[in-house]
Amino acid sequence: MTTPADDELWSAIADPSRRQVLDLVVSNGDVSASWLAGRVPFSRQAVAKHLVVLERAGLVSRRKQGRGGLYQVQTDRLDRATRAMAELAAQWDRRLAAIKRLAEAAHAENKIRRRS
Amino acid sequence: MPGLVVEREVLIEAPADVVWRTITEPDQMSQWFADRVDLVVEPGAHGYMQFGDQGGPVVVETADPPSRFSFRWNYPAGEEPVTGNSMLVEFTLTPESDERTRLLVTESGHELRDWPDEEKQRYADEHREGWAEYLDRLASVHAERRPG
Repeated sequence: MTTPADDELWSAIADPSRRQVLDLVVSNGDVSASWLAGRVPFSRQAVAKHLVVLERAGLVSRRKQGRGGLYQVQTDRLDRATRAMAELAAQWDRRLAAIKRLAEAAHAENKIRRRS
Repeated sequence: MPGLVVEREVLIEAPADVVWRTITEPDQMSQWFADRVDLVVEPGAHGYMQFGDQGGPVVVETADPPSRFSFRWNYPAGEEPVTGNSMLVEFTLTPESDERTRLLVTESGHELRDWPDEEKQRYADEHREGWAEYLDRLASVHAERRPG
């Protein structure tokens, strides 16, 4: 089950434009909103909005510098989110493995029953 | 599929109808999923799943034997689950032969109905990776960039 904090994170990264902004912050680090706006196909205003959402979700933080500040990724939050997602995937793998075991056992039993 | 969280699959050496019963019959579900499952697999049916001392309601969205089964869960108490306030779990069964079935499961949320159509299309076309893969990739890009 997910927590409200996760929900904020999932909503933050579910938006493709926002992922584009996050990708750029992660691969370049310490970047300004106007630098980002020069590298995406949407307005400076939209970039600013995306940065607010990413900051609220804890994925990026802003360091005061010049007029707008510089953005960098919050490593802790990113690491925690990555681990949480890996755990969710592992949980489904365990469930699928159990389904496989149960279904294959049921199928083997059906075959024996049909023969006798 | 906007908002895709996780997508996993497994190949099962059993016919689709056997796999279908395993994933939809409550006494079977309690062996691979929740500790106690109280659910009728019919579209719109409300049920309940108990995990240890925690539990929550579920609502069946699709029941199309033996190929598609989906339900919504993880939504606020007292609300009806809809797109945006819940997680959608979808099982897709594809027969590979008489005795072999491919079972795909996806869990997704926040489908964001307010996206412009072109954004949705772009997402669907380019973003087949789940969030787990996305975050993984992001973390490794970040690790490579970090000195030392």
